[in-house]
Amino acid sequence: MLKRVHFPTSPLPYLLVAPQLAITLVFFIWPASQAMYQSFLIEDAFGLGSEFVWFENFQMLWEDQHYLDAFLRTAVFSTLVAALSMGVALILAGFAQRVVQGAMVYRTLLIWPYAVAPVLAGALWVFMFNPTLGIFPYFLEFFDIDWNHYLNGNQAMGLVILAAAWKQVAYNFLFYLAAMQSIPKSVIEAAAIDGAGPGRRFFTIILPLVSPTTFFLLVINMVYAFFETFGIIHAVTQGGPGSSTTILVYKVFNDGFVGLDLGGSAAQSVVLMVLVIAMTVVQFRYVERKVEY
Amino acid sequence: MVENRPLTSVLTHVILVLGVIAIALPIWITFVAATHDELRMNQAPLPLWPGSYLWQNLKQTLFGAGLSGSETAPVWLMLLNSLAMAMMISLGKIAISLLSAFAIVYFRFPFRMTCFWMIFITLMLPVEVRILPTFEVVANLGLLNSYWGLSIPLIASATATFMFRQVFLTVPDEMLESARIDGAGPMRFFWDILLPLSRTNIAALFVILFIFGWNQYLWPLLITTDTSMTTIVMSIKQMLEAAEQSPQWNIIMTTALLAMIPPIFVVISMQKLFVQGLTETDK
Repeated sequence: MLKRVHFPTSPLPYLLVAPQLAITLVFFIWPASQAMYQSFLIEDAFGLGSEFVWFENFQMLWEDQHYLDAFLRTAVFSTLVAALSMGVALILAGFAQRVVQGAMVYRTLLIWPYAVAPVLAGALWVFMFNPTLGIFPYFLEFFDIDWNHYLNGNQAMGLVILAAAWKQVAYNFLFYLAAMQSIPKSVIEAAAIDGAGPGRRFFTIILPLVSPTTFFLLVINMVYAFFETFGIIHAVTQGGPGSSTTILVYKVFNDGFVGLDLGGSAAQSVVLMVLVIAMTVVQFRYVERKVEY
Repeated sequence: MVENRPLTSVLTHVILVLGVIAIALPIWITFVAATHDELRMNQAPLPLWPGSYLWQNLKQTLFGAGLSGSETAPVWLMLLNSLAMAMMISLGKIAISLLSAFAIVYFRFPFRMTCFWMIFITLMLPVEVRILPTFEVVANLGLLNSYWGLSIPLIASATATFMFRQVFLTVPDEMLESARIDGAGPMRFFWDILLPLSRTNIAALFVILFIFGWNQYLWPLLITTDTSMTTIVMSIKQMLEAAEQSPQWNIIMTTALLAMIPPIFVVISMQKLFVQGLTETDK
């Protein structure tokens, strides 16, 4: 933590941490505690007064079928986004690490979606799937599939998942490729001498050896799907049709800024904070005892 | 490769090329859409091969009226706003976290661990979950519709502080000892020894933070109501809404292309730093 050799006590360190502490206090800790405080209040219909109600907001959330649905939907959404983007990235990295020359060329060609903002990713996919003009609905028609994500909730969800997973493949690919390239060549060669083909080596050696990366990526992808996909949903479906793509983050925004239900939105924020903290703790515990095989 | 299997090698390249095509397809279609005129972009099926209107679309998007019938800022101004926001966020984050990491690693002072934990907590609070009260704070400070309001609330970051702490901890103690023997004070040591030593880490972090800053969406959406403060990433959503009445996909996709080019350029041209930055900040 602290250097063995360090500078003597002086007022200087306080000046050095002051900017970060000030910003943290004003824009992080104060708003977060405000959110917690507001989650215990219920405002009257005219916003004139508010009443301290302890856990009533949370109880209302618990009894609110819309909220529970959104919770379940978020779980399904984030699981599918993580599974799809990690699966594709794993397959691509598994093949890319076999390539001796040109692996870096493939890496360059695969990583750029990382740089695309979520809302832009949403815009690109909504354009490709535009029901009247888009390229994909045009081809889907040959299979007698009538695509309209403005009307069909499942199609809307599918489109949002596709866009979210597409953007995240780049990130997962980078980490998988790095993990696979750090596996000692001698292990792979020994297996090859024992007669294991490429497929068998992948499933019995490479896959178990990158499992720490898989776990790390799982947490990162969950956090991504929970929070950073707001832009995609806002651009593609705005939570609709109905509420078929309203995930938790979208609901916090919608209830707070559109519905102006401050207490309810604050209670939802607190629930999300608890979720983030849980995920961070899980990830840190893993980093602490990162096992080597 | 361990053994010579021509068939597997061919299969490997086929699958990788298919993967590249699938990943690049949305960006290719955007590019194609930006090279056709409005008329062509309203006939299904849409083209898959570039046309000849790229230059005209670029001119109209950047300096012309842009999307007709919508009250938006000119696109060049949005690009400038985005650039200013991205630069302020990334440079601000780097500056304050360098200083606080320096204080935490190289000084012993009362409440040192308190400071450390207060910074650590922010790791767990993405802006999305505390959005409403943060918005109120910024509104009360009168920072709505300003570059300060756009950037400062996003500046504090535990990840950058942790990364620099990690870097400083690897600097040998002898460096400080010899610097002190030569009579260097703390700030002198910071400027002349620590900063040059962490140069590549700073550059790697800058790449990541620039992309993070450029791609911000929800926060600018909330705190800018004045069209002259719109960032390019936000404007896409407004254009999509306008598209429901009069679809001018060529202009929308040209704008999308312009919004993607700077961060993609940064990732591709500084790939090594980018990869280093990603792995360092997240682990």
